[in-house]
Amino acid sequence: MNVTRGFTGRPRAHRPGLPPGQYDAGDDWPVLSAEVTPDLAPADWTFRVDGLVAAPRTWDWDEAHALPESAYEGDIHCVTSWSKFGVRFAGVSLDAFLAAVRPDAAATHAVAYAHTGYTTNLPLADLTGGRAWIVWEYDDKPLAAEHGGPARLLVPHLYFWKSAKWIAGLRLLDHDEPGFWEQNGYHGRGNPWEEQRYAGD
Amino acid sequence: MTETFTPPTRFAVPGRIAVSNRAAALWQTATLTEIRRETPRASTFRFAVPAWAGHLPGQHLMLRLTADDGYTAQRHYSIASAPDDDGHVELTLDHVDGGEVSGWFHTRAEPGDEVQVRGPLSGFFAWPGDRPALLIGAGSGVVPLMSMVRHHRARGLDVPLRLLVSARGPEELIYAREYGAETLPVYTRSAPEGVPVGRLAAHHLASLLAEEPEGGWEAYVCGSNAFAEHASRLLVRAGQPVDRIRIERFG
Ligand SMILES: Cc1cc2nc3c(=O)[nH]c(=O)nc-3n(C[C@H](O)[C@H](O)[C@H](O)COP(=O)(O)OP(=O)(O)OC[C@H]3O[C@@H](n4cnc5c(N)ncnc54)[C@H](O)[C@@H]3O)c2cc1C
Repeated sequence: MNVTRGFTGRPRAHRPGLPPGQYDAGDDWPVLSAEVTPDLAPADWTFRVDGLVAAPRTWDWDEAHALPESAYEGDIHCVTSWSKFGVRFAGVSLDAFLAAVRPDAAATHAVAYAHTGYTTNLPLADLTGGRAWIVWEYDDKPLAAEHGGPARLLVPHLYFWKSAKWIAGLRLLDHDEPGFWEQNGYHGRGNPWEEQRYAGD
Repeated sequence: MTETFTPPTRFAVPGRIAVSNRAAALWQTATLTEIRRETPRASTFRFAVPAWAGHLPGQHLMLRLTADDGYTAQRHYSIASAPDDDGHVELTLDHVDGGEVSGWFHTRAEPGDEVQVRGPLSGFFAWPGDRPALLIGAGSGVVPLMSMVRHHRARGLDVPLRLLVSARGPEELIYAREYGAETLPVYTRSAPEGVPVGRLAAHHLASLLAEEPEGGWEAYVCGSNAFAEHASRLLVRAGQPVDRIRIERFG
């Protein structure tokens, strides 16, 4: 252990929900996107699921809202070390979209892509079983543009760069295809409980 | 196998370089060798990192402090120094009120102290010194941009480079003594005699975008999220293509 002389740090937060190396950002919600925040109106937003599926499909805003509503209440964790407790997002479970397109048995991974061209890769298993959503509300209000509004992907059990803002679609693949940060040295999966921040972690 | 995947979107901003996954995975000891005050709220910390893999201007690193009970705090910091500084890197840190890591640096750190670093990280905001660079920063957001300015000077590069740096006043302008003709400071609260006070605005960009160099500018914007939103919107309105704007937000 390499102890830093004179460093004591904050009083230890014995928070069971805090993954290793993370701190509680409290009411702050930092914004870290690398591209210009797009001016995307709900009327121009679409979400497509294609690739290795039986019935590729695109939803517009109203069609997506016609699916059964589902909310997430819990914590989120950013690779830059902040975590945010007790957040509430509302939208639709990704399972509802996937049920409509019927993934092939061969599909193992997905690339999520944004209306800005941002991409991130995920194992399909991380997107199913009630663990991923398309969300458009935060704290019962429309999701702000700088946080990915009108709609973003939400995969709260992984580091937050996986939860692509301004989500435009998912393409299902039979292999893993590194996304934007993953090509820039970040970890392929990004599990905060195993501190998978960078490739090789 | 399906084909290599490209998203069907309007624009995508590719990374400038591929980063070494090995360098990113490895924690190294960095020994503090020198502390230089830049402004009342910011100082530069120089470290010896003997096995540093080298970096490009614009990249950052992850820094970790460890308490004697094993508790750690880690934060990202942009690299201020130019690449050709063998085995050394410099960081410039604002003193954040109540800040765990910056507080330790500004109140306890002394030459000889050791911390852990890993990096360099992220090829997205890197500038290899190839394309004309239009740099826009505020506060400590100037740090990665200064690495670009220093690199441009150290290598005597011909490629055009301009820096717009926003600060509350002259006493809060980081690296004030180092700027040359490439830099235009913008003061938001107080300015020297005869220099206007005001936020970064369209007129600051108009002339730069009018005299666009061959191949166009690659714009690098860095600072708080509020500043990054403001500056990137100005750039888009002034005609800078969105896929030629790179943003580093300090959160
Ligand atoms: C890519 C990148 C590059 C960066 N480069 C630089 C750079 O070059 N220079 C620079 O100065 N900064 C840079 N930053 C910001 C830096 O990473 C830190 O966020 C900054 O130094 C603050 O860290 P800290 O530990 O001092 O403050 P923190 O402890 O993180 O606190 C930040 C604020 O939150 C409050 N706070 C947070 N948690 C608690 C708590 N548990 N209890 C009470 N209060 C709390 C503090 O009071 C303070 O106001 C960069 C960030 C990124 C993402």
